[in-house]
Amino acid sequence: MYVAVKGGEAAIDAAHKLLALARRGSADVAELSLDQISEQLGLAVDRVMAEGSLYDKRLAALAIKQARGDLVEAIFLLRAFRTTLPRLAESEPLNTANMAVHRRISAAFKDLPGGQILGPTFDYTHRLLDFALAETENQPEAVAPPASADANVPMPHVASLLHQEGLIQPEAAEDETAPVADLTRDPLSFPASRSLRLQNLARGDEGFLLALGYSTQRGFGNNHPFAGEIRIGAVEVEIVPEELGFPIAIGTITITECEMINQFKGSKDVAPMFTRGYGLVFGESERKAMAMALVDRALRASELGEEVIAPAQDEEFVMMHSDNVEAMGFVQHLKLPHYVDFQGELVMVRELRAEREKSLQSQKEEKSHV
Amino acid sequence: MSEMDAILSVRDVAKLYGGRGGCKEVSFDLWPGEVLGIVGESGSGKTTLLDCLSGRRTPDAGRIMYRGRDGEMLDVHALSEPRRRLLMRTDWGIVHQNPRDGLRMGVSAGANIGERLMAVGARHYGQIRGSANDWLERVEIDENRIDDRPMTFSGGMQQRLQIARNLVNGPRLVFMDEPTGGLDVSVQARLLDLLRRLVREMHLACIIVTHDLGVARLLAHRLMVMKDGRVIEEGLTDQVLDDPHHPYTQLLVSSVLPA
Amino acid sequence: MSKGYNFAYLDEQTKRMIRRAILKGVAIPGYQVPFASREMPLPYGWGTGGIQVTASVIGPNDVLKVIDQGADDTTNAVSIRRFFARTAGVKTTERTSEASLIQTRHRIPEQPLKEGQILVYQVPIPEPLRWMEPRETETRKMHALAEYGVMHVKLYEDIARFGRIASSYNYPVLVHGRYVMAPSPIPKFDNPKMDRMPALQLFGAGREKRIYAVPPYTSVKSLDFEDHPFEVQRWDKPCELCGASDTYLDEVITDDQGARMFVCSDSDACQERQKGAA
Repeated sequence: MYVAVKGGEAAIDAAHKLLALARRGSADVAELSLDQISEQLGLAVDRVMAEGSLYDKRLAALAIKQARGDLVEAIFLLRAFRTTLPRLAESEPLNTANMAVHRRISAAFKDLPGGQILGPTFDYTHRLLDFALAETENQPEAVAPPASADANVPMPHVASLLHQEGLIQPEAAEDETAPVADLTRDPLSFPASRSLRLQNLARGDEGFLLALGYSTQRGFGNNHPFAGEIRIGAVEVEIVPEELGFPIAIGTITITECEMINQFKGSKDVAPMFTRGYGLVFGESERKAMAMALVDRALRASELGEEVIAPAQDEEFVMMHSDNVEAMGFVQHLKLPHYVDFQGELVMVRELRAEREKSLQSQKEEKSHV
Repeated sequence: MSEMDAILSVRDVAKLYGGRGGCKEVSFDLWPGEVLGIVGESGSGKTTLLDCLSGRRTPDAGRIMYRGRDGEMLDVHALSEPRRRLLMRTDWGIVHQNPRDGLRMGVSAGANIGERLMAVGARHYGQIRGSANDWLERVEIDENRIDDRPMTFSGGMQQRLQIARNLVNGPRLVFMDEPTGGLDVSVQARLLDLLRRLVREMHLACIIVTHDLGVARLLAHRLMVMKDGRVIEEGLTDQVLDDPHHPYTQLLVSSVLPA
Repeated sequence: MSKGYNFAYLDEQTKRMIRRAILKGVAIPGYQVPFASREMPLPYGWGTGGIQVTASVIGPNDVLKVIDQGADDTTNAVSIRRFFARTAGVKTTERTSEASLIQTRHRIPEQPLKEGQILVYQVPIPEPLRWMEPRETETRKMHALAEYGVMHVKLYEDIARFGRIASSYNYPVLVHGRYVMAPSPIPKFDNPKMDRMPALQLFGAGREKRIYAVPPYTSVKSLDFEDHPFEVQRWDKPCELCGASDTYLDEVITDDQGARMFVCSDSDACQERQKGAA
C-alpha cells in the first residue's frame, strides 16, 4: 500500500552533512584559511562586501568559504548577518576629496592636478594565461610608489574643476539635516529620491547594473558619457558621538568612486552645462562603479526632462530588480514543491480538454446527421 | 446657444516647454454635439493642447471647465484624481492615433470593448458579450472576430475597435488624436464615414486633432488653426478652408488642398 | 533555544514595526501594507514574509504548526518549523486542532479553524493586479480608487477562450467589499474557507515587502460573473487512504506505466480520519 512520503527532516540533515563534505573537497588538499581568501581573492571579498553592504573583510571571506565560492550565496549570508546588527551611529558623509588614492584616472583631461595614477589595474595586461602562477612559489617584485602619490599633493575631483567654471550641473543639495533614507529599514516607494536610488544601486547586482549600463550606451536610454574620473583608495569614516559633539574617525575603508560627465543640457533660461552620473562602491570595483554611474544618470531622465523610454531609465524596473538576494530567492523558489497548484492546473486542463472533446464529438454527430 | 450651455469651456490655457511643442493663450467653448477640429503642422502644439484638454497633462496656466451630466461645471485640473479618472471612464473617450496606445493588445476584441462596462460594475458575462457584439456590428467588424486579439486585426479594424471601446458606455465628449493617421486612403474614407455617423447618432461632442485638412473638412463643424503654440485663426470649417484670412492658413490650405 | 539571537530571531524593534503593519492590515482588511522586510536567514521567496509575521506574533506559550502544500513534513515546512523550534523554543505540532499559530504555504487546513487561532500565509506576489499591470505606482492607484475593472477583463477573457474561468489557484478575492486581494497560491478549492473564517488570517510577502490581513468573520468573496459563478475543484474519486470525498487531493504517480492514485493533500486531516476509521 502507498504511504505518503516521510522523512523530510532526515533528508535535510543528510543534505547538510553532504554539503559540508563537498565544501571541504579532497582532504589531501590543505584547507583554505580566511586570510588566504581575503589576501588573495581580494576582489571576490570586495564584491561580497559591496553587495552584502557590510564592510568586513573577514566576515566576507568567511561567507565566501562557507558558500563554496558562490558569491551571490556569500552576499546572502552576509546580508542575513548584517540585518541582525544594531545601528549604533550614522557616519558623516565620506570626504572622497581627501582619499588616500592608489588609482586615479580621468578620460576627460590628459593631465590634471594630482595626475593620473594607473595603480594595480588589469587594464593593460594582455589576457594571456600566466602559467607561472600555476606554481605557488610566486614572489612579485616590489614597486616604488609614484611621485604623484604623495599624500600632500592635492587631488581635486574633476567635476569640482568643471564646477568652478559652471560647466557642470551642481549636485542638488538635499537637506543635510534631514535623516538619510535607509532602504533596509523603510519599504521602497516611488518616486524614489536620488539618495535612495544610489543606495539601491550601490548594493545592486554587478551583472545586472553592467548590462543596464551597457544598454544605455547602445541607445536604450540617452547616455553620452565621459569617464570624468575614477578613483580608488582609502577614506576615513567619521562619526559624531553625541557626548563629544565633534567628528572622530572610527576607521578606514577602501572604496571606488566614479563620476561620469554626461551630455549637456540647457534651455532659454539656463546656460548649457554637463550633467552627472555617480557611482560609489565598497572595495575595488571599477566595473561596478562605472556601471552604477551610467545607470544613475539614466535614472535621472525624468528629473532632467528627458523622455523615459528605456529600461535603465525606469526607476521601478531598475530598483525592483537590482537586488540579487531578492532575485535569487524568487527564481530559485521554483524548486520548492508546488504540488497543490500544479494539481489545480492538471484538473483544469483535463476538464477543458474533456469539454473540447465533447463539443468536437457533438459537432461531428451533427454533421453526420445532416 | 449661450455660453452657459457649453460642454467644455477653455480659457487662456498654456503649457510651455523649452523648445517647440507648447501651446499658449488658448480659449474656446465647445457645445454638445459639436465637432471641433484643431489643425496645424507637427510641432504647432495641437497634441500638447489635446493632452491638457483631456486631463492627461497639467497646463501651466488657464482653466478647463467641463459640464457634468448634472449641469455642474467642473474644473478638470482641480478635480481630485479619483474624480478625474472616473470622468475619463464614464463621460469621456480618448481615441489615440496609434491603436496600440488605446487598446489592450493582449486580450480579445470582446474584452477590449467590455472593459469600460466592467470598470463601472457590469458583472453579467452574457450581457457584456452582447454589448460587445452590438458594438462590433456598429463599427463594422465581423461578429465572429469577437474572441480574436487586436494584433490579428488590420490597422483600420484596430482603429474601429478602439472607437467601439471608447463609445460602449455612451460618453459625452471624445478626444481624437489623428484618428486616421497611418491608414490607407480608402480605409480612411470608411473610417471617416463611420465616425461621422456615430458622432451624429450619439450626439457626441468631439475634439479632433489632425494635420489633414481633408479629415477636418469631413468631420469638423468648426476649426482652430494652430501655429507655434497659438491659435491664429478659427471659425466654421467651410469658412476657414474656403476663405482663409491668416497668411499661414492660406499657405496651409493651398498646399494641402490643390484644386 | 539558540544562543546569541533574540526570541524568535527578530529583534524587538523590528517586531514592533511588523506588528504595527499587521495592526494596520487588520484595520483595513485586504489592504497591502508596505513594511520594511528584513533579510532573513532563509531565501526570499521561501517564506520570509510568513516567517517575519510569525516571529512577530509568536509567544512562548504558542503551539506552532507549519505546513507546505498541506503537509507537515515537506522539506521547507520542516525547515521553517525547526527554525522556530531553534530560535523561539516553542512547542510544535502537526495537529491542526492543537495549534494556536499555523504558518502555511499554498493550503488552508481541511479542519475548520477556530476563534483564537492565527493562520499565517506565505505570499510570493501580493499584488492581484500584477499580471494586468506590472507597475506598482499604477496598481497602488488602482487599489486606492477601487478601479478593478481590469480583474474582470481577465475573467471575461478566460470564459471567452475556455468557456470558464481558468484560474485554479491564487484566485482573486474581494475582501470586505472593498479591496481585491491575492489569497496567495492556495487552490481555489480553499477560497470558500477564507470567507467569515473565525480565525485571524495574516499574509506576509517578504521579498515584495507587504503585509495584509483578513480579520475574523470578514467577508471574502471570489470574483466571478453572475452567469458564471465561482466553482471549486472536484474529483471523481475519494482519497484512497482515508476515503474522504470533500478534501483537496494530490495526485501521486505510482509506477512508470502512468498509474496514479489520489490522496489528501492535508496529511494531518487524512491521518486523523484514518485513525478514526480504525
